[in-house]
Amino acid sequence: MPATSSSVGSGAAGAATFADSDSRKYRYFEPRGKRASHYEDMTVDVQPDPERYLTQGWIIQFPNGEGAYDKSATKAQSSNWHAFRAPDQEWERTHYQRQSKIESLIQGVIANARKFGVHKKFDKAWTKILQAHLGAWKHAEFGLGTSLMQAQRYGYTQMINNATLTNSSYKLRLSQDITLYLAEIGLDIDGWNDDLGKETWLTDPAWQGTREFVESIMGAEDYLEQYFAINMVFEPLVGELFRSGFMVQVAAANGDSVTPPVISAAEADYERNLANSIDLFHLLITDEKHAAHNKKLFAGWIKKYSALAKKAATGLQPIWSQPHSKPISFSDAQAQSVERYEKIKGELGL
Amino acid sequence: MADTLTLNKIKNQRGISVGEAAAKIADLGWNPSYVQEAMTYPTDYKIKKIPKDPMKQVLRSYFPMEEEKDNRVYGALDAALRGDMFRNVEPRWIEWMKLFLAIIPFPEISAARSMAMVARLTPGEELRTGFTMQMVDEFRHSTIQMNLKKWYMENYIDPAGFDITEEAFGKCYATTIGRQFGEGFLTGDAITAASIYLTIVAETAFTNTLFVAMPSEAARNGDYALPTVFLSVQSDESRHIGNGHSMLMSMLKEPDNYQLLERDMKYAFWQNHAIVDAAIGTFIEYGTTNRDKDKESYAEMWHRWIFEDYYRTYMLPLEKYGVKIHHDDVHEAWKRITEKMYVHTVAQFFAVGWPVNFWRIEAQTEKDFEWFEHKYPGWYAKFGEFWKWYEKLSHKGSKVVTFNEEVGYVYPHRCWSCLVPCLIREDMVVDEIDGQLHTFAHENDRWTAVEAFADEYQGRPTPAMGKFSGKREWETMYHGVDLADAIVDLNFVRSDGKTLIPQPHLRFDDKEMWTLDDVRGHTLMSPLTLLREMSPEDRKQHIADYQAGFEINPCN
Ligand SMILES: [Fe+2]
Ligand SMILES: [Fe+2]
Repeated sequence: MPATSSSVGSGAAGAATFADSDSRKYRYFEPRGKRASHYEDMTVDVQPDPERYLTQGWIIQFPNGEGAYDKSATKAQSSNWHAFRAPDQEWERTHYQRQSKIESLIQGVIANARKFGVHKKFDKAWTKILQAHLGAWKHAEFGLGTSLMQAQRYGYTQMINNATLTNSSYKLRLSQDITLYLAEIGLDIDGWNDDLGKETWLTDPAWQGTREFVESIMGAEDYLEQYFAINMVFEPLVGELFRSGFMVQVAAANGDSVTPPVISAAEADYERNLANSIDLFHLLITDEKHAAHNKKLFAGWIKKYSALAKKAATGLQPIWSQPHSKPISFSDAQAQSVERYEKIKGELGL
Repeated sequence: MADTLTLNKIKNQRGISVGEAAAKIADLGWNPSYVQEAMTYPTDYKIKKIPKDPMKQVLRSYFPMEEEKDNRVYGALDAALRGDMFRNVEPRWIEWMKLFLAIIPFPEISAARSMAMVARLTPGEELRTGFTMQMVDEFRHSTIQMNLKKWYMENYIDPAGFDITEEAFGKCYATTIGRQFGEGFLTGDAITAASIYLTIVAETAFTNTLFVAMPSEAARNGDYALPTVFLSVQSDESRHIGNGHSMLMSMLKEPDNYQLLERDMKYAFWQNHAIVDAAIGTFIEYGTTNRDKDKESYAEMWHRWIFEDYYRTYMLPLEKYGVKIHHDDVHEAWKRITEKMYVHTVAQFFAVGWPVNFWRIEAQTEKDFEWFEHKYPGWYAKFGEFWKWYEKLSHKGSKVVTFNEEVGYVYPHRCWSCLVPCLIREDMVVDEIDGQLHTFAHENDRWTAVEAFADEYQGRPTPAMGKFSGKREWETMYHGVDLADAIVDLNFVRSDGKTLIPQPHLRFDDKEMWTLDDVRGHTLMSPLTLLREMSPEDRKQHIADYQAGFEINPCN
């Protein structure tokens, strides 16, 4: 059947030449580079606002008079909220490809470990550590994931909100991965207590600093503060400290080759989310009008959250002495994480 | 061989059941004791009973499942290009996709955002997993639709209109209707918006027409891409409908909610009908070249999906809980779609307004008339002459139909509530909000704006309820402005600086294409502004005349 409604019998590009018959690029936004990336095409301006094309304004309001999105949702200020582009360039396809790849990798690792009984040879003390401390950690990741889920509602542009949304998705995936990993290896290990993690999270003094930190992020009302606290402070000073500085580095020495691949996807997740968030905060801190304001604001956040981080990290210290084999000391692990944190601050000029 | 062996062994491993997995994941949450979460999005509802998660899915199986769906979608798009789909695709259809796909990614991403609002308000953690997946799903829908649109832009004969899509979305007199829909998902009382309006009504009742009926019609017009994308989108909806149903069951546990529930079911049903049926009805009935009398009309599908499935099996059972159901509204919507020709008056309105669109609308012709008359008896008497006029005036150099008195069409008032104009003339009502006059398409629209979106409902304070705001009547923006200047301001001009993006035909030829000069010399007016300026007597007369309707003059 030819295209009966077409004057030239075809609906295909190039079938006729007329004004704009070759206009084959989105032309309503300024790409970051020379040409728009696919990510930009999928993302930019999908969430409109009165500065970008909403000529009628928001047509529904909250009782306080604010529209669907309002700049006052954060104390940070920007002369151009629309400038940000997420360096990880995620849209749905790349997101599912990456998440799905991680899930199948982890499931493969767990299935193989169980097939060969690798986890049954874990050191006894280490097995206890997995139940209690990795078990507690999954709650921290969950709290961060739900905070980011909350935060993705508020950003002034689609670029900010989608980067926050994917960050939330990564965190929630990790918290579920750890949950199911522990539950599954637990099936094969005598005396495994799968509830110990939550109990530890709620009551073990070692974890109360971390829980306070996570709850402070969950309770923050400023979405950028949440995004900042997680990626600029929590992740380097507590997240990487525990995941890499303890779990990954100590596991092998205690006969555990399974846990590292299960949680190390988190480090690659963080590299991406760190890149995204540094770009956003860098934009704000070098803003032509609001640099000073933002710098001061961020310095306040650094102060508030680094104090919580310090408390959290100090609280966790006793965990380093619990395994039989101790290939790394707490102070070495912490030194690494502080170095990383200083580097991040340095990049932001804070 | 090795693979099978491994797989078998893996399968033989004792695993944890789906139910156990879901329970463990639900147990990730806890009650904070150091810092409480702020209740940032207000609601007047009380949600105390912990809702159940009916789907019991975990991200571990969710991500691979969705990736697999994606692979099928993108594979099918590649195959469509290899099969030269666009050579046979009907421009009459694709042109409407410029409007549809300008609108839909925003409601989708709004749904993702609104998951934050319900997740925070919902007690317990079980349903949080469901909300999380819906959030990621909606991110999927929004960007997969942007991708489809880009793909049309790259491969369809006339990319103009696709190329300005998100800008057009913010500015156009038709997309404003879609913005009402999307903003409705995430503004105002959080439960009203994110649970009732979005999930319990839009997704549960209306996604079938959006995501199932549209694809069938697309395929009849040589478009195999839209079905691939939208059936894949629809396959995520059962999860969202499940989230909505769980929330509903939880709300029902609290008799204090019934009054609000009754209000919101009424508002959401009526407005979804007004908006979704206007848009999707038009795309399906007027965007098609297929006039097979054996296929179901939009009205017939509506009866099956909305009336039989949704009204009878979802809404009616709520009565046994003691929630008042507005049967009249459902019957009234049905009457509007059939007897009152709602969809047809919308298509007519879009056609009259073609110069301020950003897509092409071609005339319906003799080939179409018979089908319309067959499916909607009385159609020809009401709309036949109009479409003949439209065809006649589609030629460059004619006096534009929007301002052509010979035709006899009366430009409509805009409904302050659903933002579709007051097209069923006899049903138009007028009322005041804060001492200001407004026009409404129907008594239910008046009720929505005046009674539902207010500080109190039937004497009960509703401090969390949203308010209608902004320059809701699009025409206000261009009151007293020359049509050509308005089009320049809208940026609905091709890059030669003169040819219009919209055209009243599908003739892909510069000689036939209207330019700014062809539409200059007509002044746009806001019917509402004029109405407000009238003396009380004149106004009364004007409203009576408006409600009496208009007659299209014979076209020879
Ligand atoms: Fe969706
Ligand atoms: Fe949905």
